[in-house]
Amino acid sequence: MTKTYAEINEKIASGKAVVLTAEEVIDYVDRRGLEAAAKEVDVVTTATFGPMCSSGCFLNFGHSKPKMRISEAWINDVLAYSGIAAVDVYMGATQLRHNDPANMYHPGEFRYGGGHVIEDLVAGRKLQLFGLSYGTDDYPRREIRTMFDINDLNQAIMVNPRNCYQNYNVAVNVSDKRIYTYLGILRAKMRNMTYCSAGQLAPLLNDPLYETIGVGTSVWLAGARGLVYAQGTQHCSLVERTDNDVPVEGAGTLALTANMKEMLPEFVRGVSFKGYGVSLALGVGVPIPILNPDILRRTTVRDRDIQASVIDYSTDYPQKTGKVLARFTYEQLRSGEVELLGKKVPVTSLSSYHKALKICNLLKAEIEAGRFLLSEPSQRLPLEQGMQSLNITGPAR
Amino acid sequence: MITKKIYLYFPKSETEKPIVYHLVKDFDLVVNIFRAKVTPEEEGYLSLEVSGTSDNIERAFAFLKGFDVIIHAGNKGVHWDADRCAHCGACVVHCPTQALHLADRATRTIGFCEDNCVECLACIAACPFGACSSAF
Repeated sequence: MTKTYAEINEKIASGKAVVLTAEEVIDYVDRRGLEAAAKEVDVVTTATFGPMCSSGCFLNFGHSKPKMRISEAWINDVLAYSGIAAVDVYMGATQLRHNDPANMYHPGEFRYGGGHVIEDLVAGRKLQLFGLSYGTDDYPRREIRTMFDINDLNQAIMVNPRNCYQNYNVAVNVSDKRIYTYLGILRAKMRNMTYCSAGQLAPLLNDPLYETIGVGTSVWLAGARGLVYAQGTQHCSLVERTDNDVPVEGAGTLALTANMKEMLPEFVRGVSFKGYGVSLALGVGVPIPILNPDILRRTTVRDRDIQASVIDYSTDYPQKTGKVLARFTYEQLRSGEVELLGKKVPVTSLSSYHKALKICNLLKAEIEAGRFLLSEPSQRLPLEQGMQSLNITGPAR
Repeated sequence: MITKKIYLYFPKSETEKPIVYHLVKDFDLVVNIFRAKVTPEEEGYLSLEVSGTSDNIERAFAFLKGFDVIIHAGNKGVHWDADRCAHCGACVVHCPTQALHLADRATRTIGFCEDNCVECLACIAACPFGACSSAF
C-alpha cells in the first residue's frame, strides 16, 4: 500500500485528509495496526520549539532620498551584516548589542541582541536603523538614522543555515564550579542536567533517514509557509543510531527559510543565556506524508525509543574529547530525574514540548482546512555524510 | 494562624520608622523578610511574609495604613509573565521552593505559585525568555 504526494494533496485540497500529530499517531497505530492505519492516515505533523542559534534574516530597507549604499548598519544598536547590496542587510540571531559588556563582568546578562531584534520585527515593534557609508557618486548619502517597523521593509526573509537538529546533547557539569552554557546554567557537581529536543515530536526524529524531509519540503516556520532550502550546516548523518535508525546524537539538520511578514510573534523569541550570549528561539512544524507503512511506523517513535547522549560541558565539550558519560531516553529525561554515575540528577529542558505540541496542532488544523499542501523534496538530504574538524595549520609560531 | 505576603514601598519620609518592630511586638506577627532595602533619606522597599491570627493581621494592616507607605498585598516582588513563558522548564530546577513548577505533566505546562516564592531571584538568571522579573 503506497500513496503519492499528489494523492495526499488532493485529499488535503478537498478537506478529506486524515491528519494526526506525532503524539496522536502513536496510540492510533497501536489501536488500528500499522497496515490499516497507513491506509487511513495521510499526514503526521511534527514540530519543535527551542533556541536555534544559526538563524537570521535578510532585510531590504528600500532607498532613501538621496540614495545610500549602506556599508555598516545597526538595528537597535545591534550590528547587521551589510557586505551585500546597497540597502540589504543580514541580521544574525547571536549578534550582541553594541557596547554590551559581554562576559567582561562574568557572567554577562546579554539582555538584548540579534534574536531580540528579530522578535521585535515580527511583533511589529518600531526599531531604529543607524547606517553609515563612505559615499559614492551614485549613492551619496553617508549617514542615516530612522525608525521603522516590518511593514516599512520591502522584504524580511528569515534564512536560517541550521535549524531542527535531529537530536541533541544532554548537558551536565562534573566540575566543582557553576558554568554558563547555551544549554543553560549548569550547577557544579552534576546538580542539574539539561536537554534540548522535542523528542517524539521532533521532525527529524520522526523521519530518521530523511525519507520525506528533504530540500524543497514545505515547512511551517513560526506560522509562515516556509521551506527547507538546503541541508543544514553541520548536517552529519553518519552517526551511531539505535535499531530504529534514530541517531543518539545531533546528526541531521535543516536550513530553513520563510517570509517574516507572515510569522506569529509567539514563535519567534529572542533569548538571553546568562554568561553565554543571545540567540533566537523558533517554532518549526514539519508535515510528514504517510506514503507507506514504513514511513508511518517511523512516526510512531516514542520518547522511550529515543536516546540522547550526556556530555560534560565543563571539560569534554569544550576540549572536544568526544567522551559520552551516559545515554538516557527522552522518557527518562522527561521524568525530571535520572541517575548518573551513582547520583540522582534533576533534569530540565530548554526545548518547549508545550509549544511543540501546540505547533503540531496548529499545522494539523491548517492541513485539515486545506490551507497547507505538501511538497515533494527535489533533493534528498545526504545519508552518508560525516563532519570534519577544523585543523589548525600554518607556519609554526 | 494565617500567612500573608506583603510588599511595602517606603517614600523617603518613612524610612527611619521601625515598622517591622511594631509588627512583631504590637501585633504578635511572625515576620519573614524576603528582601529589604530601607536606607535613611532614600526611598525603600520591604518584601515580607507575615503570619498571625487574622485579627492581628487585620489590625497590623490598619497600623501600616497610618504611615505614608504603599502596601501591596500578595507577591509583587517577583513577576512571572505567562505570555513570555515558553514553558521550556529551564527554571524549574533553579527554583528552590517549587514556586515555578511543572503544572501539567501531559501538556508540559509550567506554572507559578506566588505563595511559594521567596524572591531568591534564581529564576531571573535561569530564564532565557525573560519571563521572570523583579519589581526592584
